[in-house]
Amino acid sequence: MQNDVIMAGFGGQGILLIGKMLAYAGMHEGKEVSWLPSYGPEMRGGTCNCTVVISDNPVGSPVIQSPGAVLAMNLPSLEKFESDVRPGGFLLINTSLIERKAERDDVEIVEIPANTIAQDLGNARGANMVALGAYVGATGAVSLEQIEAVVRQTFAAKPSVIDVNLEALHKGYDLGREHAANSSEETAS
Amino acid sequence: MAKKLMKGAEAIGEAAVQAGCHLFFGYPITPQNEIPEYLSSRLPQVGGTFVQAESEVASINMLYGAAGAGERVMTSSSSPGISLMAEGISYCAGAKLPVVIVNIMRAGPGLGGILPSQADYFQATKGLAHGDFRVLVLAPWSIQEAADLVQDAFDLADYYRNPVMVVGDGLIGQMMEPVEFYEDRQPIKELPPKTWASTGWKRDRPKAIINSLFLDPAELEQHNIDLKKKYDLMERDEVRFATYGALDSADVVIVAYGTVARVCLSAIEALENDGIKVAMVRPITLWPFPYEAVREVASKAKDILVVELSTGQMIEDVRLALHRPRPIHFHCRLGGMLVSPEEVIDKVKAIKAGTSEEVHYA
Repeated sequence: MQNDVIMAGFGGQGILLIGKMLAYAGMHEGKEVSWLPSYGPEMRGGTCNCTVVISDNPVGSPVIQSPGAVLAMNLPSLEKFESDVRPGGFLLINTSLIERKAERDDVEIVEIPANTIAQDLGNARGANMVALGAYVGATGAVSLEQIEAVVRQTFAAKPSVIDVNLEALHKGYDLGREHAANSSEETAS
Repeated sequence: MAKKLMKGAEAIGEAAVQAGCHLFFGYPITPQNEIPEYLSSRLPQVGGTFVQAESEVASINMLYGAAGAGERVMTSSSSPGISLMAEGISYCAGAKLPVVIVNIMRAGPGLGGILPSQADYFQATKGLAHGDFRVLVLAPWSIQEAADLVQDAFDLADYYRNPVMVVGDGLIGQMMEPVEFYEDRQPIKELPPKTWASTGWKRDRPKAIINSLFLDPAELEQHNIDLKKKYDLMERDEVRFATYGALDSADVVIVAYGTVARVCLSAIEALENDGIKVAMVRPITLWPFPYEAVREVASKAKDILVVELSTGQMIEDVRLALHRPRPIHFHCRLGGMLVSPEEVIDKVKAIKAGTSEEVHYA
């Protein structure tokens, strides 16, 4: 069993951070993991992405051409990675920053206004946590308890932000779960 | 110690510390800056010293001095920076100094780019600098292996009194994977005290002189012969490789090293599901090259495929490994582009279908 995901957005949105958190959670569950950032002559506000692989077996290629999931946090990311998602895979679209609809009809589309949700929770910078929660909720790549533990660990030096980030994570998780439940109902009927 | 998720560059830095290296001299260059960054804060914690030198030339000569005084010492750089160190590395080899040099390779030639590449295979294995010398070249394929090999590199350098190079592509520098360090790790070689080191003369032993200049040709010839004996021992005792897949019945045997071999392994697993049998030999030491392993596995396979992030530098060693001239298939990506499992799968299928063009030599 292998879960692989490309997370992509603007530099500064905390994309690399949620990728690391996911990798940590996988590692703590005893899985094999790799986290690979895009790197290059890029700057804050430019695009950035990372690939996370969580597997029961040693990770082969850390470079994934056709990922099982893509989290597109802005339009350039959707443009770049939409066509790469494996058929039957998972595509998260941050509708707060992306106005257009997905073009694919052979993947699970989850539309989430991550920034709006984060703002409503009073934590404008928590959009990444909403997306991470939605991914975990929809795919079950790691358990909610494990990713919660990593959130607490990550922000251990700033305890005041732990709860707001957990809140954002849970909100996303519920939306992801809801989507997964709906889509399995569709499959059943 | 528990497993920790570490960036390759950090793991390489920590491995050096764990191996008892308390001195690092270097000059910044992407994509390996996280190694000096890590060590700049880590070394003072263990009473060590980090120096950002004024240049690569200065760095390698600081290594010369520190190693000559018997200290474990490391530098890291990326391709163009290694070229600048060439002269000093040759001096280290000539003066029989144990130094560890990490090259996180980037695409070239010239300043090239900053993305992953294996373009320095020839440089590392055959032409590191002037003067008829060899260095052990270790090529990890994962972050854990990078940490392990860096620690081994210090033991090997001390044992042979020779520079050891660890080469990784940019992925090894930038990727994060779980790493474990073992507190009870023992040296992989029996290491005698460094009585040759220049640590101050108290008239209790012959003077320890660190030198690579021999103006008497007879003396230099003997020095060359002694060095050659050492290289022969390395070729006999230090070859490292790993094999994968259908070794006895492969349609195609792949030869690949570093992270490229992982991409190939993913392809091999996928091809297996399609009923295509593929084996792989992964050199872990690029010098000495695992000639016999490649020869043996290739002798049982129909076709040979080399996959590299260069225009085919390792093909020359694969050719040397074979009993008789055989066509070799080749796949590469260049300039910082990466090989994907899908590309390798397509290439193997093309070989099977007879539509892959072989690399020909006159």
